[in-house]
Amino acid sequence: MSKQAEAPLTQARQQAASRGQWRRLPLIESPRLRWGLAIGAVVYLFLALASVEVNWARVAEGAARAVNFLGAFMQPDFMSRYDDIVAGLLESLTMTLTSTVLGVLLAIPVGLGAARNISPLPIYFVCRAIIAVSRTFQEIIIAILFVVMFGFGPFAGMITLAFATIGFMAKLLAEDIEDLDWRQVEAVRATGASWWQTMNHAVQPQVMPRLIGLSMYRLDINFRESSVIGIVGAGGIGATLNTSLSRYEYDTSAAILLIIIAIVLLCEYSSSHVRRWTQ
Amino acid sequence: MPVSTTPQGQPVWRRRTTRAQWLQYLAWLAGVSLFLLCWKMISDNTMWVFVEDAGRQGADLISRMTPPEWGYANVLWKPMWDTINIATLGTALGIMMAFPVAFLAARNTTPHPLIRSAALVIIVSSRSINSLIWAMLLVTILGPGVLAGIIAIALRSIGFVGKLLYEAIEEIHPTPVEAISATGASRLQVMNYGVLPQVMPAFAGISVYRWDINIRESTVLGLVGAGGIGLQLNASINSLAWDQVSVIFIMIFATVLVSEWISARVRHAII
Amino acid sequence: MLTLSGVGKRYPTGDRALTDIELALPKGQVMALIGPSGAGKSTLIRCVNRLVEPTQGSIRLEDTEITKLSGHKLRHARRSMGMIFQEYALVDRLTVMENVLSGQLGYVGFWRSFLRRYPQEAVVEAFRLLERVGLTHAIDKRADALSGGQRQRVGIARALLQSPKLLLVDEPTASLDPKTSRQIMRLIRELCAERELAAIINIHDVALAQQFADRIVGLRAGEIVFDGLPSELDSDMLTTIYGEEEWDTTPEPMDDETTDDAPVNPPYARVLSSIEAGGAR
Repeated sequence: MSKQAEAPLTQARQQAASRGQWRRLPLIESPRLRWGLAIGAVVYLFLALASVEVNWARVAEGAARAVNFLGAFMQPDFMSRYDDIVAGLLESLTMTLTSTVLGVLLAIPVGLGAARNISPLPIYFVCRAIIAVSRTFQEIIIAILFVVMFGFGPFAGMITLAFATIGFMAKLLAEDIEDLDWRQVEAVRATGASWWQTMNHAVQPQVMPRLIGLSMYRLDINFRESSVIGIVGAGGIGATLNTSLSRYEYDTSAAILLIIIAIVLLCEYSSSHVRRWTQ
Repeated sequence: MPVSTTPQGQPVWRRRTTRAQWLQYLAWLAGVSLFLLCWKMISDNTMWVFVEDAGRQGADLISRMTPPEWGYANVLWKPMWDTINIATLGTALGIMMAFPVAFLAARNTTPHPLIRSAALVIIVSSRSINSLIWAMLLVTILGPGVLAGIIAIALRSIGFVGKLLYEAIEEIHPTPVEAISATGASRLQVMNYGVLPQVMPAFAGISVYRWDINIRESTVLGLVGAGGIGLQLNASINSLAWDQVSVIFIMIFATVLVSEWISARVRHAII
Repeated sequence: MLTLSGVGKRYPTGDRALTDIELALPKGQVMALIGPSGAGKSTLIRCVNRLVEPTQGSIRLEDTEITKLSGHKLRHARRSMGMIFQEYALVDRLTVMENVLSGQLGYVGFWRSFLRRYPQEAVVEAFRLLERVGLTHAIDKRADALSGGQRQRVGIARALLQSPKLLLVDEPTASLDPKTSRQIMRLIRELCAERELAAIINIHDVALAQQFADRIVGLRAGEIVFDGLPSELDSDMLTTIYGEEEWDTTPEPMDDETTDDAPVNPPYARVLSSIEAGGAR
């Protein structure tokens, strides 16, 4: 039926083309949908932009600060708050490492449980629920709750990051296990291997390289997150950064930001090496 | 190599050579001691009294959060609209800036290696700095409000979209590009005909994915004054109105689930 | 019309791909370039339109010295050299018409091409070419929806829309079945005759080369070792070009090695029959 409707159009386009008249095919075929989407987008854009309130006087006042801040990047000040920066940085790094290790270790059982092809239904639902909750909420929100529960300091931050890591890793791990090569598993099972032996010999070799790669990636993410959860009191460099910004000590903030960028770069560089090495 | 011979002359298979085995043990030892060291530093900075108290605190928190004060939801529609706007406009602004940056950063489309390194620096700086930090900065510069949030989201998105897009550009088939250059096309025409059609699906997918992440991030930008539902969250937490906080959480949860669903649908349709 | 003198190419790795190539191609001649893989056939034709930069020598197309051109002038020169590729090199996600019209890119400005507002004559010509290669029914199909033979036809139409004086053809049949290969070669041959185009055709299949070319040039390790009529190419010459092989016997499927080779359709298996037939041209 659609072929019959198409044919005259194609013919018309062919005839037009033979006369030298040709236009690109529209991306969306139905004109009503095409115009509807376009008008909808324009209307949304209008409404959204209209609801953005800008205090131009305040922006003009801030322009000078922006210049100051850019200037601070040219001469960052590492020294005047040296102790705070070092302490915050150490806290961030320790939090990052411990939370990644804990998170990955806990993510493995959750990930196994959330893989539909190897786990029973009730366990599957529980694990998927854990993943959904951990992924939906920003680390900051979780940090607020954990700070209330565990008190201020790096412990709450560590638990926060570990919790976020579980959701991230377990989801990807479960997806990996769900589409692993089932023939290998059957081959190992056919030798009479137990459940643990099957996991060790058929599943682990297939998911391990990616698991290591993802852990390195998560390490990197956790460091970046550890630099902000300090804002709500969960330890790390974020608190130092927050203080320096609110005191308008831009040269110190610039120094901290540069350090963060450098460490992330280092992380990325070394993680690409580790990944090549493990493969 | 891993096959060695016992004194009795029988070959023995082992997974690794002795040296590799020792190196392996050493690496594990180093890793574990590093972990313990970090753990020690954290536990030194922790008030364990509070941690032991955590269960009771948690139970207390939950009892205060329930039942949610549903009436509060009426106040939240405007902030939620702002949150969605921050994410959407910020993503749009971000991908507009990320698009040229990615082309400058990809090895096969960059006009000059020096420009490439500059583009990579932009991408790395934008990626390393969390959107909340961008928001803190912008709030001190632009003043509190939605505008700071939009720009913070946009600045953070440049790095994410830019990185994934330039990787996609580096992976395109080179032959169509070669064919288009062979027709005598100019540089821009080669990009338009040879490169762009090949990366368009990836670009659309990445943008929608980032939009989905941005919805999540924009829910907290208000904590530092950059508009959206985070402002209400901050206010409710500061006044210890936990029954309002739980309403906010439920709204965030629902919005994020919907946005995740939309993004998954769109990405599915593209691929 | 096209003259190569002393052309050499050395890759930055130090590998010498071409040494001292001397070649003159008159108007309207179809020349087949044969040789083993890695002999430098692809490099040679890519040097002509400077997709690969030759490291020495000169290449002249009519009165233009191509090796000295840059920027705008190079693009201008490329317009008169249409290129046809091994894997068709179409842009998969564009429609057939867009792919053909991309042959006009050297003639129209960026915004025109960006908005797909091509001049009327160009569209008429594109349609005529599609008619000529028998694909008018597919103008709005995406290139990746076509079969191999059809894609190669689109590639040919694109090259011809440049109104070239010279066709550079890189392994046009390598990904096609024998029947389609012959159809494509015949089409190229006919189009060259219709428009008096010269062509350099890189080709693995010696039998096809002998059948469809006016002249055959054999390349070995970056040097020309044979240059003559298709009928002059005998098994001794093939040995010089490709190395030792029993060119006059058909492989007998008795030991393992020959059976392994059989389904791959060895490129020179059909040489014998065409040599006996005296070559097509």
